[in-house]
Amino acid sequence: MIDMQGVYKKYPNGVTALNGVDVTIEQGEFVYIVGPSGAGKSTFIKLIFREVKPTNGKVVVNNVNLQKVKEKRIPHIRRDIGVVYQDFKLLPKLTVFENIAFALEVIEETPKNIRRRVMEVLDLVGLKNKARFIPDELSGGEQQRVSIARAIVNHPKLVIADEPTGNLDPDTSWGIMNILEEINARGTTIIMATHSKEIVNTVKKRVIAIEGGLIVRDEHRGEYGYEV
Amino acid sequence: MTNTEVNTVMKFRTFKRHFKVGLKNIWRNGWMTVASIGAVTTTLILVGSFLALMMNLNQVAKNLEEDVEIKTFIELTASQEEVDALEDQIKAMPEVSSVTFSSKEEELNNLIESMGEEGSSLELFEQDNPLNDVYVVKTEDPLETVNVANKINKLDSVFKVNYGEEVVQKLFTFNKYSRNIGLVLIIGLVFTAIFLISNTIKLTIMARRKEIGIMKLVGATNSFIRWPFFVEGLLLGVLGTVIPITVVIAGYYYLDKNVNDLITMNFVELLPFNPFAWQLSLLILAIGAFIGVWGSVMSVRKFLKV
Repeated sequence: MIDMQGVYKKYPNGVTALNGVDVTIEQGEFVYIVGPSGAGKSTFIKLIFREVKPTNGKVVVNNVNLQKVKEKRIPHIRRDIGVVYQDFKLLPKLTVFENIAFALEVIEETPKNIRRRVMEVLDLVGLKNKARFIPDELSGGEQQRVSIARAIVNHPKLVIADEPTGNLDPDTSWGIMNILEEINARGTTIIMATHSKEIVNTVKKRVIAIEGGLIVRDEHRGEYGYEV
Repeated sequence: MTNTEVNTVMKFRTFKRHFKVGLKNIWRNGWMTVASIGAVTTTLILVGSFLALMMNLNQVAKNLEEDVEIKTFIELTASQEEVDALEDQIKAMPEVSSVTFSSKEEELNNLIESMGEEGSSLELFEQDNPLNDVYVVKTEDPLETVNVANKINKLDSVFKVNYGEEVVQKLFTFNKYSRNIGLVLIIGLVFTAIFLISNTIKLTIMARRKEIGIMKLVGATNSFIRWPFFVEGLLLGVLGTVIPITVVIAGYYYLDKNVNDLITMNFVELLPFNPFAWQLSLLILAIGAFIGVWGSVMSVRKFLKV
């Protein structure tokens, strides 16, 4: 599913974010990425999504070598990956329905299928009755559920979540975790960067810890391992 | 899943979708839409009025130029063969479009007629006509007049040529300058319009740069993002031509009805309302659509690199 070999990333401003990362993640896994702020978690995630390019090393996602891929193909690669952000990144002027439908319009789905699939995911995240609302009219947790719905409406093989619970209160966070676990149970690979010790230690999954641009720990059913 | 297949041909429903989104954006952008349409409207009224003025002046100039002819006075002593030979020589010049023979009797009649009442005194000359036979020569391009006149003057059997040297020279110089100045002004106006409009549209797009970034992260291709902006720009441009076209048609209709009676000089004549006003409207529509699309697509281009 994901294969990184000797990945090294230095930003133009001189910051070295990743300093030789080797990792393999299999289809269907649920992986936490933990580590202090500025350790390289975000860069690690952005590499998978081709939001940034590695300075050196090989990144293969869904059997596509992201280093050799042409600029024009990038949108098509992104369609197979659902992404959930800490700040939701919803289109502010579109309704909940339209926001989710956008991911399907991009792949030129028929309006009939768009309707059906959007309503399906809205049902899954429990927001069927909020389809006509715009993001500003929703709570943070609801907005995050919309962004998860958008990420999975395409049935991607991989969902990346960058601190999805970072802006949410604990109760809401558990709701988000339940949804992510359910998606994972259907066979979707989930990679989630998080600072939540509680979540990592309660919902036991593989934990990859990144510090100073290196993977310092990689264990199945691991612990958060940092004092908050 | 075959989402990664590259679709190069847009499906019709996607085209419909882009059109719908473009329309919606016009509505959603509210005051920015009004500002953009206002910018198009103002500049196109200017461009339209100026175009109408320039095209009419150009027509007047053209009429004046077309009236220019070379009168070739034939030597009184020339034999019929020489006269015929002269005609062949003049016709052989590539710049010449027509050569008409006018006998001295016809010339005298013209003269008498043109002088009206006083002309009757010239009737005396009918017995002993002092005038020359004349070839009236017209050139393909009026600007060649001087050149051709000089060439004719060198031919045998030519007494002299007359084309109103002084006046013609000045007329041509004047026309040349006024045409060039007009062209420069129109180009300048159109560019000002494009600049103004693309700036206004840029503001509306600037506000949406974050949205464009999000769309790209969700897997939208550049063209997928660009199309609604294309539609939006096109509609803004076309909506911006409504008032200018109304103004031009109404204004020109009014002028057409009134001005031709005021100006009696026969070379000053407005271009006829039909088809000129319609042609001008079409031109304004085309300019409006062009600057709308151009301003919009150019502005969005910058934000597509995510």
